[in-house]
Amino acid sequence: MTTILRTDGIAKAFGGVQALSGCSIDVAEGSITGLIGPNGSGKTTLFNIITGYEKPDAGQIYLGGRQITGASPQRVFAAGIGRTFQLTRIFPRLTVLENMLVASQPRASQQGGSHGRRRLGNPLARSGGAADRDRAMYQLEFAGIAGHASALAGTLSYGQRKLLELAYVLIADPQIVLLDEPAGGINPSLIHLISDRIAELNAAGKTFLIVEHNMEFVMGLCQHITVLDYGSVVAAGPPQIIRDDPRVLDAYLGIGEDDDEPAA
Amino acid sequence: MARQILEAIADGILGGGVYALMAAGLTLIFGVLDIINIAQGILVVLGAYLSYVLSVHLHIDLFVGLAITIPVMFVIGVAIQWLFIRPLRGSERTSMTLLACYAVALIIEGILYWVFGPNFVSLNAWYTQPNASVKIFGFYVGDIYLFGFGLAVAAVVVLYWLLYRTTFGRAVRATMQDLTAARLIGIEVNRVAAITFGIGVAITAVGGMMYGATTGAFSPNSGYDLISRLLAIIILGGLGSVGGAMAAAIFMTTAEALVDIWQPNWAVAVFYLALILVLLFKPSGIFGRQAARAQ
Amino acid sequence: MIAGMKPDAAAGPGAEADGGAGRQWKRSKFGALGLGLVIAVIFPLVFTNATISNIAVQTVIFVAVASAWNIFSGYSGYLSLGHAIFFGTGAYAVGIIARDWQLNGASVFALLPLAGLIATAIAIPLGLIALRVRRHTFVVITIAFFFIAQLSASNLSITGGSSGLLAPVPNWSPDTFNDPFYYVGLVIAIGTIALSFLIRRSRFGLQLRAIRDDEDRAVGLGVRAMPVKLTAFAVSGFITAMAGGLWFYFLSQTFPQFAFDPLFDLAIVLMAFFGGLGTVAGPVLGALVLEPVQLYLNLRLTNDYLSEILLGVLFLVVILFMPRGVLPTAGEFITAQRARRAER
Repeated sequence: MTTILRTDGIAKAFGGVQALSGCSIDVAEGSITGLIGPNGSGKTTLFNIITGYEKPDAGQIYLGGRQITGASPQRVFAAGIGRTFQLTRIFPRLTVLENMLVASQPRASQQGGSHGRRRLGNPLARSGGAADRDRAMYQLEFAGIAGHASALAGTLSYGQRKLLELAYVLIADPQIVLLDEPAGGINPSLIHLISDRIAELNAAGKTFLIVEHNMEFVMGLCQHITVLDYGSVVAAGPPQIIRDDPRVLDAYLGIGEDDDEPAA
Repeated sequence: MARQILEAIADGILGGGVYALMAAGLTLIFGVLDIINIAQGILVVLGAYLSYVLSVHLHIDLFVGLAITIPVMFVIGVAIQWLFIRPLRGSERTSMTLLACYAVALIIEGILYWVFGPNFVSLNAWYTQPNASVKIFGFYVGDIYLFGFGLAVAAVVVLYWLLYRTTFGRAVRATMQDLTAARLIGIEVNRVAAITFGIGVAITAVGGMMYGATTGAFSPNSGYDLISRLLAIIILGGLGSVGGAMAAAIFMTTAEALVDIWQPNWAVAVFYLALILVLLFKPSGIFGRQAARAQ
Repeated sequence: MIAGMKPDAAAGPGAEADGGAGRQWKRSKFGALGLGLVIAVIFPLVFTNATISNIAVQTVIFVAVASAWNIFSGYSGYLSLGHAIFFGTGAYAVGIIARDWQLNGASVFALLPLAGLIATAIAIPLGLIALRVRRHTFVVITIAFFFIAQLSASNLSITGGSSGLLAPVPNWSPDTFNDPFYYVGLVIAIGTIALSFLIRRSRFGLQLRAIRDDEDRAVGLGVRAMPVKLTAFAVSGFITAMAGGLWFYFLSQTFPQFAFDPLFDLAIVLMAFFGGLGTVAGPVLGALVLEPVQLYLNLRLTNDYLSEILLGVLFLVVILFMPRGVLPTAGEFITAQRARRAER
């Protein structure tokens, strides 16, 4: 098992609140890893730090062995980490297809070193050549929303927006995808669709790190689960072990193992 | 020379108090409603004209007249918010509110021109005369400034009491911090917004009277100069920070008064240069909060 | 449910949702464009009345200005209320250089691109400062810079101070005196519209519009916000300055409050909003409708304040009832009608 993403002793405080302390997680390449924990345990903060939207007070982050601590969001994205947000972020006044085209920019890692990071080309060239469009449409079909390609993204329903966000993160072909509550606020059939898609992509080799509260979703999909509580890891392992781990129950409910079933 | 400088500083601080009053309303409106009321400048002028009418045509003392102008301006403020700002929706809301305020400003300016003409007028009373002054520490301080200072203190006390000692004030502060949460706990956000806007404008009644009384003369055209200064002040002080606005006001007027000693023509540029300098190093202003809301 | 709502006259990328009907619409749009072009070109030959051609010249100037403003503010979402800076700079640049180099006649037109470059030289440092802040503050900074510009024009001796500048008066035939101005203005306007169209469907334009919708997310996806915004700002300033220089030459004189007029920005914002912010045709329509109206009112009403009040009222009406502008609202209306007909 090679580790593709690793954090080492991340600490982050906001004012008086210590959101993360000594947080060290390991994500195996090609795995679907779940990140769970009660509200306030620091999951989204960790995501923000990994993807460069926040800077850690201490600790390091490694992607495939390379340190990316403190890199800006665009550098993190260029390095191969894609990320969705809890409150889905799409570009409402661009069409669905245009949303995809924004994300499909030539990345440094994809081009030969001789080209350098900037290809000027023709700045007024039509956005999205045929190849870009084809890839975009392919991703949209995979997500099941290709029929809305010409619609303004703002007209999509909440579930469709989630699919769009997932699609445009995928079009950049990231090494690892960080999903922040992909199953939140959508109906069960859509949850199944998303779950299936993730499994499909994972079978083809993509790594996922998923923050979720929906235990059924997490237990059913993830091969490995890391549990956060009060900003640090309290347990890590396969779903069957985690489900019964007293520390996890304690984290969620603040009780020992002699109490009721967790409501999850 | 030293005396000139000290005088300039004194002028700056006193004048800054007036601007602080005007700016406080503006930044309060921003803090609660997240809008920059570009009409504030012309509303100050309107307040000044209202005081003018009461003083010249009804012979009501400037300070006494505030009992009338403050409620009037409050109602005008509520009306503006209710009619032109509340209905705005959609993704462009922030830009449109700004433009709506600009449009309202234009209309008010046009009406002022229509009613009063382009000529300069001034507010006069026994305490605005040049010789009505008190000697403090060897400097002559105009009576109007003393009264105005007292007024400003009273205004701050009232505002403080409103914001921190009443239920309504609590609602305002809650809305300032988190709009959605405020709604969720039953605060009638629309009402809070309208009343806050009204208060922000009512302050211009006071600010307007002080402005009219301390400035030599004013006309409908004075609005532009005013609003550009006020905007510079609240940005420098940090959008939403009343204390910051006051500090920035005093700082800028003092700086301008100092520069005025050597370069009267360019003195007002100090305002903008200070603004630019601050923005280069701290885009959220001296006391500003980080961008808490999404754009 | 209509699959695609196109607020823009120019077609966006992606399949046409309504196949054949879409192609027909496109063809008739091209036809209308061609017709419009022909009309625009022969306009002064047909309407030789001096007042009308006067209005025409100022209208094409404002078509260019409104479109240029839209290229920056409409697409990026950063409302600039300080574009008068560029307009005035262009006016003064042409005025000062024409005066110092003693130019007259057609050669003054050659100064326009130079005026544009000077404006760009100002736009870049301005943009570097102003574009780092969030949108609220940006608007205010543009206003602040505007007042500095006006102040400078009043106080510097090179600009003639508060008495302003005079333009050289070419000795062209009085019958067709306005024509050269018109055609130069038309070229600038058409060029700007074409540029606006190209930008809108280009990758550059896509990035601008993504910035408008969610700048942080766009940055996270690799969009380099500052260079993109700055380029749009500079381009917009370049064109506006050229328009300002032309306008100055046409009117033969200017002074600080006139060249740097706070109402200027409000007028072009209204034009862009009226026609539809962020579209190609919107600002054009807005300028074509509002500029002649404004000029006409200025001729008829001796009192400035009435036109001010009207401008303000019109603005409120547009903002409150047609917030997306006339074109998009009309477009939606037509789409809704089509849907209603289809349902029967």
